[in-house]
Order: sequence, then structure tokens, then C-alpha cells
Amino acid sequence: MTEEAGASRHKRRTVLKAGGAAVAGAVAHPVLEASAAPARTEAATGVPITLRVNGKPHELTVEARVTLLDALRERLDLTGAKKGCDRGECGACTVHVDGRRIKSCLTLAVMQEGREITTVEGLARDGRLHPVQEAFIRHDAFQCGACTSGQVMSAVAVIEEGHTRSTDEIREWMSGNLCRCAVYPNIVAAVRDAAKEPRS
Amino acid sequence: MKNFEYVRAKDPADAVRLVAERPGAAFVSGGTDLLNLMRDGAQTHDRLVDVNGMGLDRITIGARNVRLGGWSRMADVAAHRFVRHRFPVVAEALLASASPQIRNMASIGGNLVQRTRCGYFRDAASPCNKRVPGSGCPALGGENRWHAVFGGSDHCIAVSAGDLGVSLLAVDAVVLTSGPRGERRIPFGEFQVVPGDTPHRENVLEHGELIVGVELPFSHFAGKSRYLKLRDRATFEFAVVSVAAALDLRGRHVRDVRLAFGGVATKAWRSFAAEDALRGKELNGSTIEAACRAAVSGAEPRQHNAFKVELLQRAVSRVLHDLGGVR
Ligand SMILES: Cc1cc2nc3c(=O)[nH]c(=O)nc-3n(C[C@H](O)[C@H](O)[C@H](O)COP(=O)(O)OP(=O)(O)OC[C@H]3O[C@@H](n4cnc5c(N)ncnc54)[C@H](O)[C@@H]3O)c2cc1C
Ligand code: SF4
Ligand code: FES
Ligand code: FES
Repeated sequence: MTEEAGASRHKRRTVLKAGGAAVAGAVAHPVLEASAAPARTEAATGVPITLRVNGKPHELTVEARVTLLDALRERLDLTGAKKGCDRGECGACTVHVDGRRIKSCLTLAVMQEGREITTVEGLARDGRLHPVQEAFIRHDAFQCGACTSGQVMSAVAVIEEGHTRSTDEIREWMSGNLCRCAVYPNIVAAVRDAAKEPRS
Repeated sequence: MKNFEYVRAKDPADAVRLVAERPGAAFVSGGTDLLNLMRDGAQTHDRLVDVNGMGLDRITIGARNVRLGGWSRMADVAAHRFVRHRFPVVAEALLASASPQIRNMASIGGNLVQRTRCGYFRDAASPCNKRVPGSGCPALGGENRWHAVFGGSDHCIAVSAGDLGVSLLAVDAVVLTSGPRGERRIPFGEFQVVPGDTPHRENVLEHGELIVGVELPFSHFAGKSRYLKLRDRATFEFAVVSVAAALDLRGRHVRDVRLAFGGVATKAWRSFAAEDALRGKELNGSTIEAACRAAVSGAEPRQHNAFKVELLQRAVSRVLHDLGGVR
């Protein structure tokens, strides 16, 4: 986080305090009027935005240049999405936006207002892991784990997209996610397995 | 990345005005190329104008063409039933591009304006005529395995990296723009320009001119078309050599043909000479061979990329054999 960002975060905090909220950014709280999208931000000052992540609105002030990945990790403390390459090449930062998988290092947080963002933290329901997460555990589909949350987010999408008819098809459609530990065979097995059980 | 002003455009006219009025402004659509360029310091902008959310991302089917909205997503175009059936080369080129996540984000307009992957261009610390006009071209005598064998100049030999554009040449696509001076229809063959002594210019767009759509006209050859992409790994990689081919065959007789290449030239490269070797002739082993030879006439290989001359001929041969059912 840069100094400007820190400064604007401060200002925002003061504003929010006045509005009754104790902390800015990192904690979800009800949408205030600020949810109406500001159409314009000035360079070097922050812009107040609301990001809907895992079903909850989060208000924060970010500089325009802050990527969605950095906003999630540094501001919302959602560190499940990993920063592997920060240039679209590894897939560790994969999240879903409006139900589609994307690389969160290649988009700006300010561009994602009004969208529904899902991170790996939002997959479990009622304390139960998502079937894809369970399949990854069953198949030992990770070693160091650095790529895993991105793999899981892609796998969930691959199954929803229906690209799981063969091993080759899974490999092609999982190709945006690299694994330095090369656990690919186990990942493919986990995806095949999870694809068999539709999510209730 | 330096900070910038972020503006969301209300409609295309608003977007054009917001970019045209500020020399340092740029459109942002998916952000998948622009953010990397800005992070690398290869481009700087003091204003980004977001062209999403203007409702112009549709794919519409007309009587004579399919129209892709300028910010329709690569994934949506690739999956579109009509595009797949009437313009297979376009769907195949898109599916062979980048990764599923990037294709969900990236727009058709942004794709056609993406910049070269020349490593010197993307490294702000090295000289590069494209990035800093007049600073020199280290690729000429340096690492040039990835570089062009067609369309280069003493100033720049960077490859045009995109796949979609190559396929657009094979279907006679037209780029629709809206700019400060009104609207234009630009055949894709006239959209990109070779570097010459102005390598910083890659296409004919004016500052503030927005790609609002791409028209794919129906034709016999477009319906029978294919994209072959050869790369250093099986997938999720830019082309070393690619071929877009479209054939209007009556029996063995070639009524019409399009051949365009990627990975080998400073713009998506249509080979009229290779087409002429086939048009009006019978498609067989020897005419295909003649087309392959014609395809590489005038090639200017450099120290590390001479292999592309051979590889391109083999790729053209394979596509034509497959597409034309020649054994
Ligand atoms: C890891 C990686 C791998 C890739 N592999 C491939 C590949 O194999 N093949 C391939 O073809 N591409 C590949 N790409 C490139 C990718 O396809 C482009 O980044 C993408 O298509 C750009 O679209 P965008 O909407 O994200 O553009 P942006 O990044 O938003 O914009 C790119 C440029 O286009 C301009 N622009 C955007 N929209 C418009 C418009 N409507 N009118 C005029 N100008 C506009 C912007 O100002 C900017 O200059 C890859 C990219 C990455 C990161
Ligand atoms: S080939 Fe072009 S882009 Fe690459 S270093 Fe030379 S001038 Fe720059
Ligand atoms: S961190 Fe986003 S793709 Fe690597
Ligand atoms: S488990 Fe280590 S990078 Fe994939």
C-alpha cells in the first residue's frame, strides 16, 4: 500500500467514524449512501467504492490504480486470492465476478463496483467445504498450496462451464492456472471427481 | 504504476470525448493488457476511461453479417453458436488465445489494440523505438527469436501478437469505430500498419477513436475456415507461428481463399501471393506446395528466427491439407 493510499484511508476512516462505523475498509458494514457509484475519481486521491464480496458489501476508499487483488488482500484482509505473478500469467489470484472466473490482478477495484465477487473464502457454506475443496483434499491436489485457491476457483468454474468431459478438456480449460509443484495429475483427478457431484 | 484519474463513460460519445480531450487518456475495457503495460512502465496514462457498462457488448446477427460489439468478451464470442458455425476460424483463434479467465475479461476492441510482447518494449529500462522513438532497437542485433520475418524495418521488427486479428483477415472483417471526427468502417486489412520509421504507431486509430464493433460478413470461405496455432507449449502461450485459412471449394476447385499468418509479422499478415497460388486452381499436393513457397517469399529472417520460415510453410501445408481434405 502506498502513502497516498494510506492517507486517503485515513480520511475515509474519519468520515466513516462520523457516520457511526468504527473501522474503515477491512470490516463489512451496511451500505451507506456512498454506494451510488461515483463516476469520476481524481488522480492521487482515493475514491470511495463499495465492493460486494462473498455476499457482503464492503466500503473502502482506494486509489484508482489499486487492483482488485490488492484491494481484496490488503484492504479487506481476504488473502485467499494469492499474488503469484501480478501479471495474468499464473492464475493464483482467480476469483469469480458475477459468476465468471477472472484474474483479479488484471482488473482495477474501481472497475468492479456493483458486481458480485466471490473469493475462495466464500465457497464454504454453513461451515462445510465446497465439494471441489473436498475433492482437492481427497485427491491430494496440492503440495505447497500457493496455487491452490486459484485452482479451486477455476475448478468450480470449469465444472459450471461444463468443460469436464475428458481429461484433455479439463487440462485445456484449467490451463490458466499454473502449479509450480506440478500437482497437475491430482488436480485433474479432483476436478473429474467433483464434476460428478452437482452442488446442491 | 503511477496513479491516474478513473472515469466511467456514460455512452460511446462520452467515452470518445473523455479520451480525445486529454493526450494522456486511454480507454480501459478488460484491463488485461493495459494494466501490465502501465505496471511495466511501457505506457503511462493520467486518465483511464472505462468503456464497460454501456450495454454495447452484444453479438447481433444481421442478414449479411454478424456484428460483435467492441466490448463483447473473447469468451462470449468464441462460444457463440453463429460465430462457431459461420466463422470457425474466429472462434478457434479466440479459444487458442490467452487463458479462460483472461478470455472472460478481455474485449474484442482491446484485443485488436493489444501491444507487442517484444521483451525490450515491455522492459522500460531498455531502449526501444516503439516505446521511446529514436532510442534504438536492441532486437535487431539481440534476442529476436520471437520477432518478425515479414513487415519489419530498420526501426522495429516486433511481432503483432494477437490471434483474433489474424482470423479477421481470413473472413474480410471490418472494424467499426467512433472517434472525434465521426464514424469509420475500416477493413481489418487496413487497420494495422507496419512500423516503417514510426514504430510507435501500430494501427490507424486516432487518439480517442473507439472500436465500437467488428463486422464479420457471411461468405462461403468464412464458413470453411480454420486456425492453426503453433507455440512453445501446448496451450496458454502466444503463437510462434499461426495460420488462419478460409477456403471456398467446389469439388477440388478453389473458388476463393484467404491465408493469413500470425507470430511472423509486424501486423497480422495476409499473403496475397499464397492465395494467388491457389485461387482458380485445383487444390492438390503441388498447388499447396506452391502456396507454401509463395507464403514465405520475401521473408527476412534474423539470427534467431529463421526457423519460422520453415515452420510457417509446414503450418500452411497442414492447414490446407486438413481443411481441403487433401491426402
Ligand atoms: C498472460 C496473457 C496471455 C495472453 N495470451 C494471448 C494469446 O495467446 N493470444 C492473444 O491474442 N492475446 C493474448 N493475450 C492478450 C489479451 O488477449 C489482451 O490483453 C486482451 O485481448 C486485451 O483486451 P482488454 O479488453 O483487456 O483490453 P485493455 O487491456 O482494457 O486495453 C488494451 C488496449 O486497448 C485499448 N482499448 C480497449 N478497448 C478499446 C476499444 N473498444 N476501442 C479502442 N481501444 C480500446 C486500451 O486503451 C488499451 O490501449 C494475453 C494476455 C495475457 C495477460
Ligand atoms: S522490435 Fe520494436 S518493440 Fe522490440 S525493441 Fe525493437 S523497436 Fe522496440
Ligand atoms: S497473480 Fe494474477 S495471474 Fe498471477
Ligand atoms: S501446489 Fe505448489 S504451486 Fe501448486
